[in-house]
Amino acid sequence: MGETTTNIIMLSDLYQDIIVDHTRSPRNYGKLDCASHHAEGHNPLCGDQLELFLHVNDQGVIEDLSFTGSGCSISTASASLMTEALKGKTLKQAEALFEHFHALLTQENAEASEDLGKLIVFMGVKDYPSRVKCATLAWHTLQAALKRQAGLVSTE
Amino acid sequence: MFNIENIRKDFPILSEVINGKPLIYLDNAATTQKPQAVIDTLKHYYEHTNANVHRSVYTLSERATKEYEAARDKVQKYIHATHREEVIWVRGTTEAINLVAQSFLRPQLKAGDEILITAMEHHANIVPWQLVAEQTGAVIKVLPINDQGELILDELDNLLTSRTKLFAFTYISNAIGTINPVKWLIDKAHEKGIPVLVDGAQALPHVKINVQQLNCEFFACSAHKGYGPTGIGVLYGKKELLEKMPPYQGGGDMIRTVSFEKTTFAELPLKFEAGTPNIADAIGFGAAIDYLSQLDWKALMHYEHELFLMAKEALKEIPGLRIIGEAKDQASIISFVMDGAHPHDIGTIVDSYGVAIRASHHCAMPLMKRFCVPATARVSFSFYNTKEEIQVLLEALHGVKKVFGLP
Repeated sequence: MGETTTNIIMLSDLYQDIIVDHTRSPRNYGKLDCASHHAEGHNPLCGDQLELFLHVNDQGVIEDLSFTGSGCSISTASASLMTEALKGKTLKQAEALFEHFHALLTQENAEASEDLGKLIVFMGVKDYPSRVKCATLAWHTLQAALKRQAGLVSTE
Repeated sequence: MFNIENIRKDFPILSEVINGKPLIYLDNAATTQKPQAVIDTLKHYYEHTNANVHRSVYTLSERATKEYEAARDKVQKYIHATHREEVIWVRGTTEAINLVAQSFLRPQLKAGDEILITAMEHHANIVPWQLVAEQTGAVIKVLPINDQGELILDELDNLLTSRTKLFAFTYISNAIGTINPVKWLIDKAHEKGIPVLVDGAQALPHVKINVQQLNCEFFACSAHKGYGPTGIGVLYGKKELLEKMPPYQGGGDMIRTVSFEKTTFAELPLKFEAGTPNIADAIGFGAAIDYLSQLDWKALMHYEHELFLMAKEALKEIPGLRIIGEAKDQASIISFVMDGAHPHDIGTIVDSYGVAIRASHHCAMPLMKRFCVPATARVSFSFYNTKEEIQVLLEALHGVKKVFGLP
C-alpha cells in the first residue's frame, strides 16, 4: 500500500513523537494514596474518561499528582504531560500554566509562553478544532479538582 | 445492472475534495448525501413555490399546500400505509418517538407498568421512554443481546408481561448493523396484545418498508438517513390509535376552533402538526422517494452488500483490529476497534486521507458498555460507494498503524 507524504506531514503536526510516546507509556498513571484533591472528567462525545489525583501541601505546592482513565491519544498524552509539568509547581504557577496552555490551543496567533516547555507539542491541535477538548480535558479536570467542585466535569 | 459512475454523478458532494483528497464518505449511517434531484427540488421550492400551507386562498399558497400534501402521499405509498392521515410529519425519528411516549403512552401508564426496549437501542429509543417512566413510575425493561450483537430471542417471552404497555425496538442497529427479525418480534408482542413501535431510522436506506405487512402500531423514520433533507421525518401510526391520542403540541394548524374556554382539535394528521411545518424539506423528502423509486433497488442493495462483505473481510485481515457485532443478518454498517489506536485518533488520521468515518459511542452508550468498549470506529456504506474507496480506507488504516508504530 503506497503511503503519500502529504498525509504524514499534516498528521505529524498533531501526532508528534512526544505525544505518541506518552500515549504508549503514560507517566504518573495510577491512583494516588492520600490525595488532597481529586476530580473526574468526561468527554461525553468520544467517551474519554479521566480521574485525577493531587497531593497539595500546606504551602500550596503540588507535591505529587497522577491520573487514571481511558481516552484517545491526545487526551492521554495531555494528561500524562500535564502531570509531569505540574509536579513541584505552586498552585499559582499551575493556574498560569493552564491559562497559557488554553491560549495556545484556542487563540489565533497566541505566542507560546516559555513556561509551557514540552506542552508546546500540543500546538498542532489548534488546527483540529474537534480535538481541542481532548487536549484540554485533563486541564479542566485539574481546575475542578483544585476548586473542589462537586460532581463531574464535562467538556460539553 | 446499474452504472455506478452514473449513480455517483447524481450526488454532487461526492466530487468534493477534502484535505487535498477526493472525499470518501463512509458515514452514511449518520446521514446520507443528497442527490441533485433533492437539492434542485429545495431550490425550486424557495424560488417558485414558497408560501404558508393550509392558510390562504391565493394561488401560491395553494401550490405550496398541494406539493406539501403530495409529499405525504409519496411517503404513504413508499411505506405502504393504509391511509394518508397515518403519516404524521415530524422533525425526525427522535421527535416521532417522543410523540408516542408523551401522547400514546403517558396517559395510560401507571406505576409499575413496563416498557420493553432492547440492549442495542439508540439513545433516541431509550431516553424518551425513561422520561415518561420517570413521570409515571413505569419501569424500563431491556431485552439483552449476545456477543454477536443479536437479540436473545429466548428471553422475549419472559419480558413481555401483562404489565408491558409497549415494545419499542430498532429495525437495524445504527452502531453495529444488526438487522432484527422485526416481523417475528411484532407478532410475538401481538400474541400478548402488546403494541409495538419500530425505530426505522436505519431501515429507510436499506430495506423496503411495508408497515401493513409488519403490522406494527408505530413506525418512525427520518428523511435524511434515506437521501432526503435533514429536519423532516415521519411518524406512522395506526389510524385508530392516532385518533384516540391527545395532541402532542398545541398551536396553529392543529385546531378546529379556539376560544379562551375551549379548543377543539383538527382531524388527523393535522392534530399532530402544530405550527408552520417544515414545508420545503417535506417536499424534498418526496423528491428523495421519487429518486429512489426510479432506481433498481434490488441491484443497488446487492451491490451495497457486496461492498460490505468485501470491507468486512479486508478489515478482519488487519492485525489487532476487532469487529464489534457480527450478527448473521447485518446491514452495511461495520463497527470496529484497533489495539493501540483509539477510535477518535483513527477518525482524525483517516480524515487526512479524505475518508469520513464515525468515531464515537454512536449514541448507544449502553451497547458500548455491553461490549466493554468506550467507543468504536464505524464505517457505513451507501450504494454510491465503490470498491476503490474501500482500498483507500485500508490504506488509511495502515496509516493509523504507522502513526502509532503498531505491528
